[in-house]
Amino acid sequence: MNAPFEISRRSFLSASLLAGAVLSFQARLALAGDGATGGEDETVLNAFVRINPDNSVIIGAKNPEIGQGVKTMLPMLIAEELDVDWDQVHIEQTLADDKLYGRQSAGGSRSTPVNWLPMRQTGAAARQMLVTAAAAQWGVAPASVTTAKGMVHHEPSGRSATYASLAEAASAIEPPALDTVPLKPDDSFRIIGTSRRGVDTPAILQGKPLFGIDTELPGMVYAAIEACPVFLGTIGSFDDAAVKAIKGVIAVVPINSGILPKGKFDTLAIVADSWWTAQQARSQLKVEWDLGDLKQFSTEAYAAQADAALEGAPQGDILKKGDVEAGLAGAVKTVSARYDYPFLAHCTLEPQNCTGLFEDGALTLWAPSQSPGSGRRQVSDILDLPQDAITIHMTRIGGGFGRRLMADYMVQVAQIARAVPGKPVKMIYARADDVRHDYYRPAGWHALTAGLDKDGRLVALRDHFVSFGADGQPIRAAEMEETEFPAQLLPDVHFGVSYLATNLPTGWLRAPTSNAMAFVFQSFLDELAEAAGVDLPTFVLGLLGEDRLLPAVGRAPQFNTGRARAVIEEVCKFAGWDGKRPTGASGKGRGFGFYFSHAGYFAEVLDVAVSEAGDIVVEKVHVVGDIGSHVINPINAESQVQGSVLDGLAQSMIGQKIDQSEGAIVQENFDSFPLLRIETAPREVVVKFVTSPYPPTGLGEPALPPVIPALTNAIYAATGKRVRSLPISLDNAVA
Amino acid sequence: MDLTVNRVKHSVTADPEKPLLWVLREDLHLLGAKFGCGAGLCGACTVLLDGQPVRSCLTPVGAVGEAAVTTIEDVASQPAGQYVLDAWADLDVPQCGYCQAGQIVSATWLLGQMPDPQDEDIDAAMSGNICRCSTYLRIRKAIKAAAKAQGKGEAA
Ligand code: FES
Ligand code: FES
Repeated sequence: MNAPFEISRRSFLSASLLAGAVLSFQARLALAGDGATGGEDETVLNAFVRINPDNSVIIGAKNPEIGQGVKTMLPMLIAEELDVDWDQVHIEQTLADDKLYGRQSAGGSRSTPVNWLPMRQTGAAARQMLVTAAAAQWGVAPASVTTAKGMVHHEPSGRSATYASLAEAASAIEPPALDTVPLKPDDSFRIIGTSRRGVDTPAILQGKPLFGIDTELPGMVYAAIEACPVFLGTIGSFDDAAVKAIKGVIAVVPINSGILPKGKFDTLAIVADSWWTAQQARSQLKVEWDLGDLKQFSTEAYAAQADAALEGAPQGDILKKGDVEAGLAGAVKTVSARYDYPFLAHCTLEPQNCTGLFEDGALTLWAPSQSPGSGRRQVSDILDLPQDAITIHMTRIGGGFGRRLMADYMVQVAQIARAVPGKPVKMIYARADDVRHDYYRPAGWHALTAGLDKDGRLVALRDHFVSFGADGQPIRAAEMEETEFPAQLLPDVHFGVSYLATNLPTGWLRAPTSNAMAFVFQSFLDELAEAAGVDLPTFVLGLLGEDRLLPAVGRAPQFNTGRARAVIEEVCKFAGWDGKRPTGASGKGRGFGFYFSHAGYFAEVLDVAVSEAGDIVVEKVHVVGDIGSHVINPINAESQVQGSVLDGLAQSMIGQKIDQSEGAIVQENFDSFPLLRIETAPREVVVKFVTSPYPPTGLGEPALPPVIPALTNAIYAATGKRVRSLPISLDNAVA
Repeated sequence: MDLTVNRVKHSVTADPEKPLLWVLREDLHLLGAKFGCGAGLCGACTVLLDGQPVRSCLTPVGAVGEAAVTTIEDVASQPAGQYVLDAWADLDVPQCGYCQAGQIVSATWLLGQMPDPQDEDIDAAMSGNICRCSTYLRIRKAIKAAAKAQGKGEAA
């Protein structure tokens, strides 16, 4: 475990200095639920906790909500230790302010492990201040005072008081250092581990304006963008006379999309009194793009380059351990196969958008961002504006999946807003802009060879990985770790790598790198298990061996073989896995996949039916996960796992791929880049957690990777065809 | 032009070609119907026109005429609306929530047509509503729960 970040005592204090004042977080946007937050009389206990005179409590939710449930989950941790009833609690999204709230981002399934202790300590510290205030008023020892449901009690004297009646006195007390406050023992949890519905669910069902795209401000104008279709191209010349003549058009502004060096421009923003007007006006814009030699980049060219690279020696090494050539030479059996997968887009259902207001040298943004802090830095840089002149409101977000870890939409609207000072401007991508101006999951190719000894044990593994990079380094999200399973368990391993050049910006897509590596390695391991004459769970359990810890290496964390074994054994029991390899091609099959990512251990069994026409129907998926000692919010945990599993199916079986032709992206909308629809969703995805004595970790991602190989392995069981290329097409699967 | 939305008459000045979705969002400040694709492919913008689901991103406002527009904000006024909303709340269907207005409007229409839909009926009726978070298992469950409650409610 990495050490969780510290909310420094100082930042905690800086908020508590406001104690007693009427002032609050100012973050009054997007109030949760019925909006029944406190009025003028609330008392601030710390940056996260305010108490209303009616004894209701306002808890600040500090991280971006993208549908992962963090706006409910983090306040649950505070409420638990504050010792209030969940019914007393109103949740409010805080502003983006990392000095006050610490790291505010939604990425890497990190919110749970990073905040598990600090959020509880924050609640416990506020509780302790209330206890201290009560003890002082009553002239009793603090240790003789108890709390429950927002009340303080002193049993010996029978005295009780509400938190509200103590709040003002408590707010004058020096806040305790967070690491000194005692926390509840696990067995007295009343909120952690119980299902709590999403705090915004009622507002969502009423159609309330919660999302970034719903931001409305007086006098607001709208912007559509015309971005260079080829990444890294620039504006050569443009003629906007016809656009400016359109009624309602206010301005045409050349901007930097955020992927170019400062001072270069590749996008024209059309500002109008209606987004529809701005969007329609695009067809009247005449632009000459300066593309240089960027048209050379294409899907076909990459494939040819990758083939050529795989024929030769790797450019570099990720891992060289033992002597793989000797290991393979000494093997009784060797198996070789090539795997590949395409570029993918994120396609959040809420298209990229952002609203900005530039006024008196300061900028305010209403940003559906997974990482507002990095957005602030980039905006500050491009506008030459001090970071503290930028205020960021965090809106609810219509899907993240990693797309909104990038800040291009913030950088763009900041430039547009500066061009129309005093006018709030809402910029919205049309869907085609969203598909064609993403930060894509990079494509990759693997040439694998493995050797088995006479007992069918895997003894040597070689991979030549081809992806994208420059100067011998991978570009964003094109990395492969030297710990890639099962490298740490083998004596002789060589992972070589070669990088191709691309003009595409790449980025993190839900379960980044793992979503591709799990497919490749768990599918290939199934081939090896077959060669060894056993089923994949047996093969993997054999590799794991004794329960032990494998060391962390570089960015890759420690790996606990006992936790891996436990989820594998449990899913086999749960699904009634019979341990046999499939016989023949009956059209029905079961597949298994295991993967460790984002600190979560997941094993999955998938049942598939493949018709003679090649239609693939996923019937049922069994999932077992280990994310540590607690599943904080079970109703949301199940939903996250089901969503991850279905997302893995979307990434693999419905034809998702991003192609490039003459430098530009080919796909434009959900007809050419399909998203999963309800009829493709399996009838059942059943989820079970095994607990282990480790601090809880996140659930946004780790259930996704294993489902892809579980599917490809099931298809093999059903049809005898090996799927070695995504998206799955049975036509090019290998019999 | 006049437009009846959620049982209220509005007078709107807009290009008749402007899609109903943008009139709802920009001119009437009803932000519940969402923009997802602008091409009839995702269903995020679904509203009812005289009780029939339409993709408001492709419906020119000039074509609406006298028809009554119902959006998520007033879906409870439909016979099945409250059952659907209650089931959605109970099962906590939304993840990000962005698609849910469209899902709920479509589900409300379905239960108006078919009191006891089976999985296949649900899949067919809801196929045009994409949920990028893939809350589909809960959507199926919620529709069945709403159907059950509606059946009981009507029997009572
Ligand atoms: S926005 Fe209308 S169908 Fe997608
Ligand atoms: S809940 Fe996110 S798109 Fe459906």
